[in-house]
Parts: sequence; structure tokens; C-alpha cells
Amino acid sequence: MRNILAIAQKELKSYFASPIAYIVIGLFALFYGYFYAVYLQVFLRDSMSMGQMGVGAQAVNVNQQMLRPVLQNVTVLLLFVLPAITMRTYAEERRSGTIELLLTSPVSDVQIVLGKFLGALALYGVMMAVTLVHNGVLYFFGHPEWKPILTSYFGLMLLGGGFLSLGLFISTLTTNQIVAYIATFSTFLMLWVISWIGSFSSGMFTDVTAYMSIIEHFDDFTKGVIDTTHVIYYLSLITFGLFLTARSVDTERWRG
Amino acid sequence: MIEVQHLTKRYGRFTAVDDVSFRVERGEILGFLGPNGAGKTTTMRILTGYMPATEGKAIVAGFDVFDQPIEAKRRTGYLPETPPLYHDMTVADYLSFVAKIKGVPPGERKERIRSIMVKTRIDDVASKLCSRLSKGYKQRVGLAQALIHNPDVLILDEPTAGLDPKQIIETRQLIKDLAGDHTIILSTHILPEVSQTCQRVVIISKGRVVAVDTPDNLTARLRGSETLYVQIDAGGTDALASLGRVAGVTRVVEADRRSSIVGYEVESEQGRDIRRDLARTVVTSGWGLLELRPMRMSLEEIFLSLTTEDMAHEQPVEETANA
Repeated sequence: MRNILAIAQKELKSYFASPIAYIVIGLFALFYGYFYAVYLQVFLRDSMSMGQMGVGAQAVNVNQQMLRPVLQNVTVLLLFVLPAITMRTYAEERRSGTIELLLTSPVSDVQIVLGKFLGALALYGVMMAVTLVHNGVLYFFGHPEWKPILTSYFGLMLLGGGFLSLGLFISTLTTNQIVAYIATFSTFLMLWVISWIGSFSSGMFTDVTAYMSIIEHFDDFTKGVIDTTHVIYYLSLITFGLFLTARSVDTERWRG
Repeated sequence: MIEVQHLTKRYGRFTAVDDVSFRVERGEILGFLGPNGAGKTTTMRILTGYMPATEGKAIVAGFDVFDQPIEAKRRTGYLPETPPLYHDMTVADYLSFVAKIKGVPPGERKERIRSIMVKTRIDDVASKLCSRLSKGYKQRVGLAQALIHNPDVLILDEPTAGLDPKQIIETRQLIKDLAGDHTIILSTHILPEVSQTCQRVVIISKGRVVAVDTPDNLTARLRGSETLYVQIDAGGTDALASLGRVAGVTRVVEADRRSSIVGYEVESEQGRDIRRDLARTVVTSGWGLLELRPMRMSLEEIFLSLTTEDMAHEQPVEETANA
């Protein structure tokens, strides 16, 4: 555990020593703010027109009509932002030769993989913490329900974890960060749209593609529902990604 | 301390290391000598647990590097060819990270880092970024990294590569000082380095060990016959025949001539010291004896003769394999 934390800490530090952390967090904050402002306007217009129609303020729900669409847009943002977090993890270690230090130190491959994963997850956590500012303001002026917000964050961490573990694996396959970014982005996108192909037919194929889609599993979290099916899906995805990463590093040793 | 038995590493059909065996005793410095691409780095990477061998066994500090890699790695310090530095870290941060993953107990870390920085003379760059360091400093930070957990075994891949002459001398002295407490393997293709720092030499060529011995024995073994160089002022008379009549002399060749001063190479039977007789002959003939010294084959020549000899044997085999 001590080794894992040492590596995670080193990873997080190196994100902030390079421009990556600032660019990722900065862009994320910018777009998140933009989405937030837009949906706030939409929400205000809708609640005003509802009020004029005499339906009353109770019918409009700030969680459902504002926070949910914002969070769904956040997931799109992750598609672009997360590959930038993982693209350098292994690629850079191999390019600069520091992988020799890690692999000849008394730490296991699994500890290295977990350390790197936790480091990336921590940066993702810092990035997500930015959104607490907006939601804090919302709390001050509105009356959102806090439980669906909490489950949404839980879902976002799982979704992001799944993406990051796959990104980590792809980063082990190349020494070129740009190749790593593009390959990771393409993989994420594929996992996103895979259910589309199944929507034209029915039966097994539809079910399987829908299950594989990384985004189909997210919606329930924004409604405040924690369904074990979805939790298990994301946890298996994370485990699968980390497993591939560890195997890939081991294979690399044999090939030299 | 280090025992390597029949180590073989193949990449597909290419054999990088072929049946290499050697031992290193505690406190010894072993030089690993060979041309580029001979398999030095591959052997070192196997010993440090960076990559597994295809066949064979390696025991470092009493632990098999394949069966108990973590235990073996705990006792090994490794400086790869390019020092494995994180360019966005300061030297102090870097060493602190390495100390953590190498398992230096938290209470001792600060003191270890401080003393190792003094030992490798990098304490003046502690707060500099690794990317800003000169080649010499990078190499020394790499050395500090390898030493931080006070390992029994040190494996250094070309530790003096890219340093200026002053730094090379300092680094060699540092390595010599480290022997005794540590068992050291260092690789190099610079020959004087081996004769100056190492007690024993393994010469490796094309993945195979061609010789294991002390630098002195290697020199002696390859000398074959003893050759002396003698320079005399014979005042114009021909000394060649007289020198040839000295007991034990097998051959005399004129090496150089500057007016009346002539240099001869005198070969003698092995194990027979003819210097006294030779000097007496020159003096009783009334000639001036200007110089008399044994001609040794330098390590360079030994190295070349060993590695090219090997290649000469290899050639026909390879040709049939390709055909």
C-alpha cells in the first residue's frame, strides 16, 4: 500500500509539474461553466413560462431539468479530456527510460498499475471538485435535492475510472503521447456509440451492445438511483482495464 | 554474491545473450567488457529483474531474480545506460520518491538522501529540476538513485559514459570507494577503465563470454612469448647478430633506427628472463644501452584479439545459417 501511494503521489505531482493538469482542469472548468450558464437560462425560461401557465413552481425540478442535462454534457466533455490525463502515464516512462527504475525497484507490477491509476483518478477528482463551486452557489439560492447530486458524482467517478483504466492500458502500447491520445479517444467514442448499431435490430444483439455502452449505465445515477448492475458494469470495466495494463507491462518485459 | 548460470536470452530468432556464466564475490568489482551490442545491457537487465531470461539462472545477494524478484531487487542498485530521471522533478524530490519505492524506512529517509547527495557531490543542485542538469550531474544523480537504499549489489551500465575527464576520474574513485561494502558489476567499452577500477574482467562478444580473468592475468595470458624492446647506440656496427646469440633469444627484429641509435624487439622463450644477459651483452660490446623495457600487449590489443578471433570463428557458421 505504501508503494502504491508513493507512486500515486508522484503521478499527481507530475501532472501539476507539467502543463497538462492546468490545461485539463482549465478547459473543463470553462466548458462546465458554459454548460451551467446555458442550462440555467433554459431552466429560468421554463420555470417562468410554467409559472405564467399557472402550473406553479413545484412542477419544475432543478435536479431533473437543470443538473441532469448539465451532467450529461459533462460526460461528453470527459470523452475529450480524460485521454489527455492518461496519454503520458506509461508512454512517457518508456520514452524517458524511467520505466527501468520502476521495474527494477522492489515493487510489483500491480502496485505500479494501481499507483498510476489512483494518481490519474486523483487528478480527475480535483477536476470534478471544480463543479462543487457551481453547485454550492446553486445550494445558496435554490433548493436542489442533495441525494441525486451525490449519486451523480458517484456515477461520474465510476465512469471516469472506467475510462482512465482503459486509457492507462492504451498508454502502455506506445511511446508516443499523441498516438496514445487518439487511440484512447477513439476507444472511448466507440464504447459510447456502440449501442447505436444495436438500436436498429432487436433481441440479443441489442441487449449486448446496450450493455456494453459506457453511457447507458450512467443515466440512472443522475436520477438518484444506484443500481448494482451499473456499479458492477463500471467496476468490471475498471478491473478489466487494469488487468490489461498489468498484462501489457509484463509482456513488454518479455519482449524487451 | 552474484551467480550467473547458463544465462540465455533470445528475442525471436536472435540470441542476445548465449549461455553466459560467471560469479562475483562479495566486495569485488567486476568489469563487463565488450563492444556495443555484445549483450552487456541485456545481461544487466536480467540481473536487475527488468526482464526475464529465456534460459538459465541468476542469483543476486542470495535470491533468485526470477523466483524472488522483490527480495533480489531490494538488495540491488541499478544505474541504466541513461539515468532514469523524472525531468519535471527536483533532484531532492526525485531522490525522496526513489527512497520511498526502494523501501528506505521513513525515519531514515532524510538522512540517507542527505548523505548520498554529499557522497555523489550533488548537494549543490538539490533544488534544481532534473531536466536542467548537465550530463555529468544527471549521471551522478543516477548513481545516487542506485545507492539510496544502500544495496549489497550495484549494477552500473556504463557509469562514466558522456562525462568529462575530470568527472570520469572522480566517478571511478567513487566506485572504487564503494567496493568492499558493495559488490559491483560495471559495464564499459572503455578499456583503461577496466584495468583501473576492476579486480576481474568478463569479456563478452556476440552474447558469449570469451574470457574471465584479472586484468593482469589477461595481459600475461595473451602475451604468449615475452618481448623486450631494447634501444642501443652501437656506433654504426650491426648489433643484430650479437643480440641473437644471447641465450634464450628466439628472434630479433629491428624496430626503428635514428642514425646510430637503433631499437630492437627481442623475443625470448616464455618464462625466461633474459634482461640481465641482454644488458651484459650490450655493455661488454661497448655499446650504449639507452632503453630496455618489456613490451606488453595493452588491454586494447587483448580485447581486439579476443573479440575478432571470436568473430573469425563465427563467420562461416553464420554464412551457412543465412544460406
